[in-house]
Amino acid sequence: MNTPALKEWPLWEVFVRSKQGLEHKHCGSLHAADAAQALHMARDVYTRRQEGVSIWVVPSAAITASNPDDKGELFDPAADKIYRHPTFYAIPDEVGHM
Amino acid sequence: MYTQAMDIPDAAAKPAGVSRTPDAQDAAFEARIDADGRIEPQDWMPEAYRKTLVRQISQHAHSEIVGMLPEGNWISRAPSLKRKAILIAKVQDEGGHGLYLYSAAETLGTSRDQMLEALHSGKAKYSSIFNYPTLSWADVGVIGWLVDGAAIMNQIPLCRCSYGPYARAMVRVCKEESFHQRQGYEALLVMMKGSDAQKAMVQDAVTRWWWKCLAMFGPPDADSPHSAQGLRWGIKRIGNDELRQKFVDATVPQAEVLGVTLPDPDLKWNEARQHYDYGQIDWAEFWATVEGDGPCNRERLATRVKAHRDGQWVRDAALAHARKQQQRKNKEAA
Amino acid sequence: MNAPVDYLLHLADNAVVLGQRNAEWCGHGPILEEDIALANVSLDHIGQARLLYQLAAARMGGGASEDSLAYFRDETAFRNYTLLELPHHGPLVGYAASDRDYAVTIVRNFFYGALMVLVWDALTRSADADLAAIAAKSLKEARYHLHHAADWVVRLGDGTDESHARAQAAVDHLFRYTEEFWLPSPAETEAVASGIGVDVVSLRAAWDALVDETLAEATLSRPAVRGYVPEGKLGRHSEHLGYLLGEMQGLARAHPGATW
Repeated sequence: MNTPALKEWPLWEVFVRSKQGLEHKHCGSLHAADAAQALHMARDVYTRRQEGVSIWVVPSAAITASNPDDKGELFDPAADKIYRHPTFYAIPDEVGHM
Repeated sequence: MYTQAMDIPDAAAKPAGVSRTPDAQDAAFEARIDADGRIEPQDWMPEAYRKTLVRQISQHAHSEIVGMLPEGNWISRAPSLKRKAILIAKVQDEGGHGLYLYSAAETLGTSRDQMLEALHSGKAKYSSIFNYPTLSWADVGVIGWLVDGAAIMNQIPLCRCSYGPYARAMVRVCKEESFHQRQGYEALLVMMKGSDAQKAMVQDAVTRWWWKCLAMFGPPDADSPHSAQGLRWGIKRIGNDELRQKFVDATVPQAEVLGVTLPDPDLKWNEARQHYDYGQIDWAEFWATVEGDGPCNRERLATRVKAHRDGQWVRDAALAHARKQQQRKNKEAA
Repeated sequence: MNAPVDYLLHLADNAVVLGQRNAEWCGHGPILEEDIALANVSLDHIGQARLLYQLAAARMGGGASEDSLAYFRDETAFRNYTLLELPHHGPLVGYAASDRDYAVTIVRNFFYGALMVLVWDALTRSADADLAAIAAKSLKEARYHLHHAADWVVRLGDGTDESHARAQAAVDHLFRYTEEFWLPSPAETEAVASGIGVDVVSLRAAWDALVDETLAEATLSRPAVRGYVPEGKLGRHSEHLGYLLGEMQGLARAHPGATW
């Protein structure tokens, strides 16, 4: 059969590197039939004002997200580990930058 | 960028009633809203909040894509190549803004197809300002200056909306938008320095659009069905009347520089209020247009429906090819 | 070395006419993403036309400007390929009405895009330095346009039964109009002689290869061509250009001398 079930194009998440040396940053999403097309459409939709030098597209369905209900157990335990931060340690001024 | 009165009820929308038994989730949500925190797609949210957002964001997206039509009307006839390029870029931006907004609404679990279906069936509304015709080239400039100007007043506060994806989309929209109002005003300035015919064209367009733009901010807050709840939830940040006043105050001096007359005999500075007073808006005409009986409602909607239907075979083809490619790949791998 | 003005106008008219046609889709595209993509293609063409008209106007002097050239020349003065002025539907008379067909839009962009990546590439080595600079900029754009169009030709040809039939009909309708590419005009001959222009005939094999490769991938076939060879670049057009220019130029001509 050559007639597909009428269906919406899948959704893709778009990540753009704004300039060489920076990370790719999530900038939005769009619909496209496949990855190659998603890349092209991302170029036309999200870099009309020279916003990027590189693009990633990822099927939205492929993203696994943490559960907001687990926020407490996932992230709060890091709150009291202040010894991970450099400012926790007092160094005499004469040592200079460390 | 185009939004107006985002508190226009959809035909099938029920009032955003809040009649649930408060529970822990609800309390956490309300606490976050009270603390001016942001709500993200995975977060629990009251059904009414979700519904209100879907209605507001999708109305906003629909407004952007329907809004492509009145200005698109002049792309083929733009009187210089520079203006043609500017206009294509602007109308294209509006398409982009629609796309960002549909994406933001999709995070709430409604597909773009569902939203388009609501638009096409007449269930969902869009900004009524686009139900008026663009009768001369000056309309393009006036839409940029006044319609986009009014929209900017409405939209800047939405960058602080409580719903994260909407706020982020609006940041992007507002950033891109800054050129729209300026290009419109500049085009009018050039025409006002031109021939008598050009000046008359500008004045005629201003006269036709002025009152429609004031109505864009929506009915007075006292008569606005969703305003209070929207403000409470941080979906709407400033009331209709305050925004309208801000717009009038900002626009009057711009009209003076331009050398056009705003068609309101009651428009004058009020020293005591430190604001401009203005005349009565014709709300009966506004509501008639919202309800579908404006000059261009049918044309606008039918044109969107036609574009979508005519594009079906193209969308199907792309999907069919993608599936075949996938099957070929699978076969190779097997 | 300066290119003959007619040669610049030929390149400029191509760009403005196709830019005008593609912009007709703005707000009516098959999907929002594609609406935006095609507007970009259109903007590139309008941009190319402006640079080329500006160059031609500077060379012509006498108060010529990009807009006097785009808006105040008549149909017979236009030097664009006939292919580019055709409406977005199958063969119909000039005043017939029909729905736009995206297959016609895409196949036209594909045929022209395949030519222009070769033309602009050759013109980057033109003896006319100003033209070479425009070519270098336009080449990048043309590569993207070809990519966009070829990608869609494959999707339509290899898509559904309906899209295949529409794509094949568009190829059958438009292919004969590409014959004009290989007919050197006096302006082209003059430009080639002075090392400014590109000998289009020398590009034919490369164009054939580009086109055949994509058509094969799209499972589309190339029709046999015989008879009529269009002569748009000599100023002899189809019935369609008059309507296109009437719409494009009307407002500007109603206000001669006005600044916008």
